[in-house]
Amino acid sequence: MTDPILKVTDLAMSFGEKTVFKNLNFTIDAGEKLALIGHNGAGKSTLVKLLIGLTHPTAGTITRIPLPGHERLRIGYVPQFRNLDADAPLSVASFVALNVGLSWRPWLSHQEKERVTQVLEQTQLTQIKDRPITLTSGGERQRAYLAQALLADPDLLILDEATASMDVDAKVQMMALVDTIVTQQKMALVFVSHDLELTARYTDRYLLISNQQLLTGSSKEVNADSLKGVRL
Amino acid sequence: MFAFTFMRHAFVASTFIALTCGVIGVFVVARQLSFLAHMLSEIGFAGAAFGAFLGISPLIGMLLFTLASSLLISSLSVERVQRESTISAVSSLFIGSGILFLALANQSSSYATDILFGSIVGISQSGVWQLVVLSLVVLLTIWLIFRPLQFDSFDSVGAKANGVHSRVIGIIFLILLAMSVSVGAQIVGSMLVFILLTLPASIAKALGHSMKQLLLISVAAALFGVWLGLWLGYLTNWPVTFFIALIEVICYMLALLVQKRRNG
Ligand SMILES: Nc1ncnc2c1ncn2[C@@H]1O[C@H](COP(=O)(O)OP(=O)(O)OP(=O)(O)O)[C@@H](O)[C@H]1O
Ligand SMILES: [Mg+2]
Repeated sequence: MTDPILKVTDLAMSFGEKTVFKNLNFTIDAGEKLALIGHNGAGKSTLVKLLIGLTHPTAGTITRIPLPGHERLRIGYVPQFRNLDADAPLSVASFVALNVGLSWRPWLSHQEKERVTQVLEQTQLTQIKDRPITLTSGGERQRAYLAQALLADPDLLILDEATASMDVDAKVQMMALVDTIVTQQKMALVFVSHDLELTARYTDRYLLISNQQLLTGSSKEVNADSLKGVRL
Repeated sequence: MFAFTFMRHAFVASTFIALTCGVIGVFVVARQLSFLAHMLSEIGFAGAAFGAFLGISPLIGMLLFTLASSLLISSLSVERVQRESTISAVSSLFIGSGILFLALANQSSSYATDILFGSIVGISQSGVWQLVVLSLVVLLTIWLIFRPLQFDSFDSVGAKANGVHSRVIGIIFLILLAMSVSVGAQIVGSMLVFILLTLPASIAKALGHSMKQLLLISVAAALFGVWLGLWLGYLTNWPVTFFIALIEVICYMLALLVQKRRNG
């Protein structure tokens, strides 16, 4: 599959005086697995927010191209930061179901319930679906965020440091899960991370933001040597 | 007790207020807007007094004040208003100006206590109708925006990430809150409205884990308090607001105990 689903041309973003990046040009193809890397503050999260249309660029354009037969490009996005209350009441299942989509009906239809059940199963949350989300572990919570994003049935899945707070085993487990789902459902993936081992293993190509510019190459080739002179 | 017309009016009015506050309260608590519900009831008091001063209906005065301040608050952003420590000082000013308006309007002080604490016995037929209609408008609007409202209230970051127009939803919700506060306060007093907006939903939060449970528990707790309170008030001739507050607080304590035992 080489149909582009996202085209970025001459993209620039500044906050006031501060330029985060400028002249970014790249495309994302359907089913492609990408890593988005760069040092803290390089502008990874900023770029992601632009891609999904949460903020608007200072200059340049982003074209989202729907897959054949679809009305629009569907993007699933797991943000880097959440602000859940320490005593938020909702169970894992109810939390995931928040993203079930629009309807005049406040309650879930039979079909919608099935979809939630299916996504919970897929993300291995069935066992703890009735536990309050605030009583889950960091890894379980990330899976719940993933499940919530998957409920939108995305063509492109964007994970912003979804594995940042996990131990080594949990990271690999999570990424294996993501990889299976993304491959099975032929989604494109943008995986934002600082973990070059993970990006080499689970993505094909990297996008590196460095000194306000974009570099790209094969994920396998990202290592300390190839990034010489680049701040990561 | 239903032999008396005023008791029948009180029953219908408080039932609708309990329903509306029970439902709205779930979102007030989830969005952490208790402080705002409190502030709006004080602003509402000033509005009613201003209405009396101008010689217009206190309900119009209340709606005017609470809606205007809701819009002002949403243009400043709720987060900023909440962070501002001067906010309680500002809302005290409203109580103060309310008292001034009443003094200038030559209203008796019982009028002030009626607005603040309600006068269950004094509810007219037309007052009941007004309340029922406005309650239904609020509930119907909630129905229509239910899905984005629940997403935004329980996971605002996730909601924004998935294309919910948080700002629009937030503004609509503040308007609904202002309406509920005004309508409720008009009949049962701003104190009671504040109690019913926060305690039943907090009880639900301690016990429920799904939207359905939260809404059912909250409405049930509100109705239970209002009905039992009305009956006790009828028996003893003590203020109904006192009983309702007492019942809700006791239920809240019990709910916290249950929650504590469950979570070990
Ligand atoms: N709303 C904003 N207003 C002003 N500056 C901002 C805003 N959002 C981001 N920035 C700045 O833009 C730069 C890029 O931030 P961004 O969050 O995109 O970095 P990042 O690559 O995701 O970093 P990290 O790896 O720490 O998550 C930072 O210098 C940040 O301070
Ligand atoms: Mg970031």
